Amino acid sequence: MTAPDLRQRLAHALADGKLAGSLGRFGEAYLAARARAYEGIDFEALRDRLVALKDRAAGRLDALAARFQEEATRAGATVFRTSDPDAVKEYVVRLCRERGVRRVVKSKSMATEELHLNARLEAEGLRVKETDLGEWIVQLAGQRPSHMVMPAIHLSKEQVADVFSREVNERLAPDIPALVAVARRELREEFLAADLGITGANVAVAETGTLVLVTNEGNARLVSTLPPIHVAVVGIEKLVERFSDVEPILRALPRSATGQLLTSYVSMLTGPAPGVDGAPKELHVVLMDNRRSAMAKDPAFAQALRCIRCASCVNVCPVYRLVGGHVFGGVYTGGIGAILAAWFDALGASRDIQSLCIQCGACTQVCPTRIDIPGLVVELRARLAKEQGQPLLQKAAFAMVNDRRVFHRVLRAAARAQKPFAKGGMIRHLPLFLAGLTKDRSLPAIAEEPLRDRFPRLPQRGPFRDRAALYAGCLIDFAYPAIGEAVVRALNAAGVEVVFPQDQTCCGAPARYSGALDVAARNAKDNVVALEGANVRWIVSACPTCTVALRHDAAATLRAQGEEDWARRADALAANVRDHASLVDELVADERLAFAPGAAAAGRVTYHDSCHLKRKLAAHLAPRRLLRATGHELAEMKESDACCGMGGSYSLKFPEISRPILARKLENVRATGARTVAMDCPGCVMQIAGGLDQAGGGIATRHVAELIAERLVPGPRARG
Amino acid sequence: MLELFEARAEAVSAEVLHAPCAAAAVEVVLAVLERERVEDAPGARAVWCEGPICLGLLDPGSLARRVPGLSFDVTRAHAVESRVGVSEFEWALATTGTIAQDASDPRLRLVSTLTETHVALVRASALLPDLECLLARIDPRRVRYLACVTGPSRTADIERVLTIGVHGPRKLVIVLVDDAAEARA
Repeated sequence: MTAPDLRQRLAHALADGKLAGSLGRFGEAYLAARARAYEGIDFEALRDRLVALKDRAAGRLDALAARFQEEATRAGATVFRTSDPDAVKEYVVRLCRERGVRRVVKSKSMATEELHLNARLEAEGLRVKETDLGEWIVQLAGQRPSHMVMPAIHLSKEQVADVFSREVNERLAPDIPALVAVARRELREEFLAADLGITGANVAVAETGTLVLVTNEGNARLVSTLPPIHVAVVGIEKLVERFSDVEPILRALPRSATGQLLTSYVSMLTGPAPGVDGAPKELHVVLMDNRRSAMAKDPAFAQALRCIRCASCVNVCPVYRLVGGHVFGGVYTGGIGAILAAWFDALGASRDIQSLCIQCGACTQVCPTRIDIPGLVVELRARLAKEQGQPLLQKAAFAMVNDRRVFHRVLRAAARAQKPFAKGGMIRHLPLFLAGLTKDRSLPAIAEEPLRDRFPRLPQRGPFRDRAALYAGCLIDFAYPAIGEAVVRALNAAGVEVVFPQDQTCCGAPARYSGALDVAARNAKDNVVALEGANVRWIVSACPTCTVALRHDAAATLRAQGEEDWARRADALAANVRDHASLVDELVADERLAFAPGAAAAGRVTYHDSCHLKRKLAAHLAPRRLLRATGHELAEMKESDACCGMGGSYSLKFPEISRPILARKLENVRATGARTVAMDCPGCVMQIAGGLDQAGGGIATRHVAELIAERLVPGPRARG
Repeated sequence: MLELFEARAEAVSAEVLHAPCAAAAVEVVLAVLERERVEDAPGARAVWCEGPICLGLLDPGSLARRVPGLSFDVTRAHAVESRVGVSEFEWALATTGTIAQDASDPRLRLVSTLTETHVALVRASALLPDLECLLARIDPRRVRYLACVTGPSRTADIERVLTIGVHGPRKLVIVLVDDAAEARA
């Protein structure tokens, strides 16, 4: 289960009345600013360039570090290379001792945060001052940065005023320009008195020995100019091969980080420039490995070295937007933080943080280097499960899912057991320890008769041109059989006969996303056997998560388990797997389906994009086309593709996170004035219908399959 | 391209002034010094780092008499006591409203980091489309400290409220010297 201190941090963050509000508003403003900054730029082409140049660098870190050392040394710098974080600290300590350094100023550097360098220098009796405003605030408050770009984003101006008031011994008002002026005054003294300046680097160029520093405040210019000694601590993932590689990174970094075209200051230093007033100047560059080389050799995780630390992934993360960076507990926050912590710290260090990922994939859409953060989080889960074993409760649950007959027997038993609590297809209150599950969200009652039992009685009238297999998935099979029946009606109208292979079982997504790859592989094999025998043109599912599982994940899981033969069989099936909306859209385009003539206006609906449909299947246009074509007036909601907070079992594991994410979604639904909210995923239906049911207000939640089925009629080519 | 540069520089809170020639630019700078109430008092002085644009146009002695508190002797001590710093930039980038220089000479950084107002002279003929063009023509082994400046110093670290002038200048005044017109004349 989840560690108690993570629960505590969560409770603390969620109890902070202001945090979610300010992070939420930031998230919205950020998206708009980012979109403006990227206007006129081909983001995909830029990503291609960045991925290529960062991958090339990651493939030869050692050679690039050697070349950098050679060139920077030639330019007059002293370069120290080490794989050991402690050696970095000792190098800086020794330098301070040898040069009689007493006061140090620092510009923002995640690498030194990673090392906890400040604590080591302070233990040596040195006065160390962070000079980035956010870092200074966090340092004075005795905290850690909660965001890679905006370290103090979790603090209000009132809290900053309190922190500064203590520092300067006068009562300061929470007036932001005045507070910034205090920082300017106080830190100016520190800059002028410092004997040594420490910076990081945003890019390090091997072919020229150049360091690139990007800031808005101008502190890196002062830190690198005023003190006679400049030490740059650089993680080797910042290395690029060529000077021409710098520009694409600078094209993406400010745009993705803050929505700026360029930061106020960009400095490129090659060796030590002359010192102030004719004084000598020293430049030391510490190239730090700290397991980055090992990461580069890992086929799954090498891609994480592409990270340019823009933090756009956390800016769009629905969980981060709710709880902020401190809940994540590490130096680097968010999903990418979990991944980096697993390497730079220890695999176990990521155990809690990675569990916070809801797998919505919002980060994958904005990452300028296309890092598959949710995919790597799943990989972490798999490795954690391998190293430390699965949590007991989870293991018991998956043991059940592992055997279809047992699993389905349990569901049928549950259908009987729920009877006292179910009303109108919904369960509004559960007693005792289950009560949390129905707080702010009703649960769907398990269907009295699952789809698999009803299916043989469904009337299907030919003639048919094609056959398709319906892959129901657990939710449609056992909670929402009507969605499955609607799919059958639409396909029948297009001249497609639908069969229901009775041996189909869980798609394996719950197990896979929890890292239980052995269970997911067993599910995949069972489904391969069940579906291969169906002899159909298409395999259709009205659940995007199941569709992704059959189309992408099954083969990948089997491959990861070393089952190449099975993986090939899964590949062959995958080619025929379709999500419901895309298949129906395709049939409409082929004139096999048409819309009932003269159908009255169907009313105003708003559409919620399910995470897997939009980001894994890129099928967000088809359902919109279908809704419009069937006479619906589509009112787009704000953040239509933001996660609803369901995330499979996530809503059960972290109900305290799931609830407010759902609340935000419902607010956006209500704001459209639509009386119906449509979507393509039974999981989202469960979450959103449950939330709307508890909240009241009469907004209907419908799967697109249900909304359109009644309005579809055979097209001219339905029968061939 | 000049209009784009000006629009982009102003969008990031820089002020752009025009001068038809280098001699006129000197007068524009002097007007800014007057506007900023430069005087011979600690914290109210000005430092001017001479460069090729104004080469031969500046007579430090007579200018210092005209503007008490103005010094051409750029030292750390003078920069600390100055309200205004003046320097020349070699390049301007249209799409981002950026000015850029080889700042290997630390005096160039003193006048543009420690002062409240930084006045930057740049030739209109030095305008390039973007950073990519600039980096393509630079060898960092020769340009040891390339400084790109886009607007004044800024932060959004407290509640994401944009605030101008944290550690560097609160004002950036760009004086565009229209040397193309100068050449035509």
